Amino acid sequence: MSTTNGTIIAPEKIDFSSDQEIRWCPGCGDYSILKQVQTLLEQSGKKKEDVVFISGIGCSSRFPYYMDTYGLHSIHGRAPAIVSGLRSVRPELSVWMITGDGDALSIGGNHIIHLLRRNVDVNVLLFNNEIYGLTKGQYSPTSPEGAVTRSTPMGSTDHPFNPLALVKGADGTFIARSMDRDPKHMREVLTRADAHRGTSLVEIYQNCNVFNDGAFEVFTEKANKPTNTLFVEQGKPLTFAGGTKGICIQEMKPRIIDIGADFSPNDCWIHDERDNFKASILVRLFDDMQHAGDFPRPFGVFYVNDRATHEDKLQAQVKKAKEVKGIGDLDALLKGEHTWTIG
Amino acid sequence: MSTILQKKPVETRENVVILFAGDSGDGIQLTGAQFTDTNALFGNDVSTFPNFPAEIRAPQGTLAGVSGYQLHFGSVEIFTPGDQCDVLVVMNAAALKANLSKLKVGGTIIANSDGFDKKNLRLAGYIDEADPLTDGSLANFHLHSVDVTKLTRTALEGTTLGMKEKDRCKNMFVLGFINWMYSRENALTEGFLNRKFSKKPELLEANMKALLAGYNYGDTSETFTTRFEVKAAPMPKGTYRSITGNQGTALGLIAGAQKAKLDLFYGSYPITPASDILHELSRHKNFGVITFQAEDEIAAIGSAIGASYGGAIGITASSGPGIALKTEAMGLAFMLEIPLVIVNVQRGGPSTGLPTRTEQADLWQAVHGRNGEAPIPVIAASTPIDCFEMAFEAVQIAIEHMTPVILLTDGYIANGSEPWRFPNSKDLPEIKANYIKEPNDGDKFLPYLRDERGVRPWALPGQPGLQHRIGGIEKQDKTGNISYDPANHEKMVALRADKVAKIADRFKPIRLDSGAPEGELLIVGWGSTYGAIRTAALQLQAEGQSVSHVHIRHLFPFNKGLGPLLKNYKQVLVPEMNSGQLRQMLRAEYLVDAQGLNKIQGMPFTSEEIRAGALNLLKR
Repeated sequence: MSTTNGTIIAPEKIDFSSDQEIRWCPGCGDYSILKQVQTLLEQSGKKKEDVVFISGIGCSSRFPYYMDTYGLHSIHGRAPAIVSGLRSVRPELSVWMITGDGDALSIGGNHIIHLLRRNVDVNVLLFNNEIYGLTKGQYSPTSPEGAVTRSTPMGSTDHPFNPLALVKGADGTFIARSMDRDPKHMREVLTRADAHRGTSLVEIYQNCNVFNDGAFEVFTEKANKPTNTLFVEQGKPLTFAGGTKGICIQEMKPRIIDIGADFSPNDCWIHDERDNFKASILVRLFDDMQHAGDFPRPFGVFYVNDRATHEDKLQAQVKKAKEVKGIGDLDALLKGEHTWTIG
Repeated sequence: MSTILQKKPVETRENVVILFAGDSGDGIQLTGAQFTDTNALFGNDVSTFPNFPAEIRAPQGTLAGVSGYQLHFGSVEIFTPGDQCDVLVVMNAAALKANLSKLKVGGTIIANSDGFDKKNLRLAGYIDEADPLTDGSLANFHLHSVDVTKLTRTALEGTTLGMKEKDRCKNMFVLGFINWMYSRENALTEGFLNRKFSKKPELLEANMKALLAGYNYGDTSETFTTRFEVKAAPMPKGTYRSITGNQGTALGLIAGAQKAKLDLFYGSYPITPASDILHELSRHKNFGVITFQAEDEIAAIGSAIGASYGGAIGITASSGPGIALKTEAMGLAFMLEIPLVIVNVQRGGPSTGLPTRTEQADLWQAVHGRNGEAPIPVIAASTPIDCFEMAFEAVQIAIEHMTPVILLTDGYIANGSEPWRFPNSKDLPEIKANYIKEPNDGDKFLPYLRDERGVRPWALPGQPGLQHRIGGIEKQDKTGNISYDPANHEKMVALRADKVAKIADRFKPIRLDSGAPEGELLIVGWGSTYGAIRTAALQLQAEGQSVSHVHIRHLFPFNKGLGPLLKNYKQVLVPEMNSGQLRQMLRAEYLVDAQGLNKIQGMPFTSEEIRAGALNLLKR
């Protein structure tokens, strides 16, 4: 902001949307995510030229084309590898990776876990719709067991991934979940993800209204949302169902308690996103919502860790090598350590 | 030592091929490399061929565990590690059995007799444990049986080392002896040992003692009456170093990045025989080199693409199986039109194949191995030194033409070494990237607006006003936006192919390696067959045959002078370590009736094999 004659003038709004026509299906959850990302970038003060979107393959991976930033729409599952190389040489850029449940957890499963363990500084938006959309409706690695899809007419026999438990297992340093139907929450979580240095992975429940409509209804629709969801906030007790229920830890295990006569919010587990072990429990709250009395599905930022980024360590080695050995002298390199002269 | 030098008569040899062989834990590679460096330092021309098993420590004493190091050194120009050996140094029975066929009749065998006990003979498969050192079966050779183990142990009496550690010094005893035999001093190896064991004085002392004991043994032993001398070669004046192909590749890549003023990013997954490039590059971070050991081959090339996208020169290397995994990403780099270098240090295939053996069977994979029409320039190195030059050229083409480039080398030249009169950095050309800083269409930026060479501009993230999106989906001409328009697709396929074809415009006129510009027979080679073909061609020419030799460095696109050149000869012979891949390409491209000479044994051609193949054709 700047002032002229004492009047505060808002900076000219930067529009991060590109001139490309958006080709997602009408009603797709992707629109909501795109809008929130554009909005948060507009508010971030970042320059468009300093932002890069990298994606793999799938519906979500068309995302870069709709951003007026630098963008690379790559090949299926390999965006983490491309991100790793880009970050290694250009650590000053703001890099975002757009991926889906098939792209990140099936064909790119190997790359995503190595991205996380290295802690490359990138914001990973994992659009989870529990279905293959672009190939027209096959089950994905997050589809529930028994899911009837075009490739599983008798129901899926695969046990699904719990994406955030996988991320935790790979030592991810920023772990969060949000949903397309709660734009405000999503923007807050994504803003936090952007601020984190390291791999920020946000799983976003995204409705595919064509091939898997209503997959997350139990969490997103008004009637069920209070009892089936738990929005975690730093330093606050884990309560849900309008504050009538909470989660506490007894004998190293989470338990649902009724708040009122016997328990107060003070008896609940207080959320601490720096707590490694509690985060492991939190990502494991992954019950099938069909059973009464099961744990609600948590949303929000589960875990944050400030471990050094991979690119910082790489660049530090280059810097150190230059300090210790001096800036590379090509002639000395060509000459090598042992020479002999003829003539 | 000068008094010792005068004691025994010295015979002069023009060139010598010596093969050191033993268990893969015997220190054979080190011994060979040290003797090579000593000869190179003396002024000989040298060529080497290390040959080792895929297993790190294969069962001791077995044929599978034999490691070999062949060295050809001479007072004349040397182009190959030699067809047949003059001297065979064997540490055990298996080493003899595995290599005896490579020894010339009348050649010399120096055998460690301790390695021929009953157990070793049985493991090597000598029937009824018959000892070749004593049963007269080696009557056609000069056999020197020496108990290296015992002599080494004796020399090391009084040191505090255990028996195992003492026995590890055997290779130094052998090296000392060979140094004596070829009138070379121990000095270079003494310097090496001083550096290697500077913090382990006991091991330093033991190795020094064994080295000296071996030397003195030659001098005092009654069995050795003659020493040999190979005078210095008439090498061009200058300063030399020794270089292996993989080192040459690594240095060529760094030199290219330096001349382009770019950081070098190397994404790689360990694989034989390419890993030494990773090892070498990782030592040179002060040149702005970042090495990234990726989780797999796909991530290795993916990360290199990401680095190139960011403005570094992205490089990846592997061997056949790894290259197969990189295929899809190579298509992406081709489609994006960004610089990228892919090195394939070929090995025997298919599948896992022969990891430590050499072959040239990935040529078609390089030229054709992608989905869709995705022509990528393919170039090949012919010698360890040429690895440097071609790696440099690969970086140059990639950056100046905005394209992935495939560089083919192979295990033979990657591990082989030769003396290198290294260049001055100021004599290497500058590499100029096609950067863009401003919009190129009014206030708009068209990422695929091409110049007269068909090359698009390189806009790096961070440049204001040049934001753009690129990807693997077919793109609209000029804008790069997604396009499924049928006519546009055909146009884009043609534009991309045309850009790669135009790279041939930069090549120097084709040059014969030897022979007349027209005649009976042209031998067309590529890659590591160079030394064998050159040797054979020179010999055939000396014998009065009308034979010429051209060696192809640019396999795709071809040099424009190649087609006309082929027409100048009645016959064309293409020796390859595959079933005829270049031959088919030449036939398809130029309608020439090229004949093949093919060897697919995981071993390089001998020059005699090439000569015989050529003579066979000339007789027709």
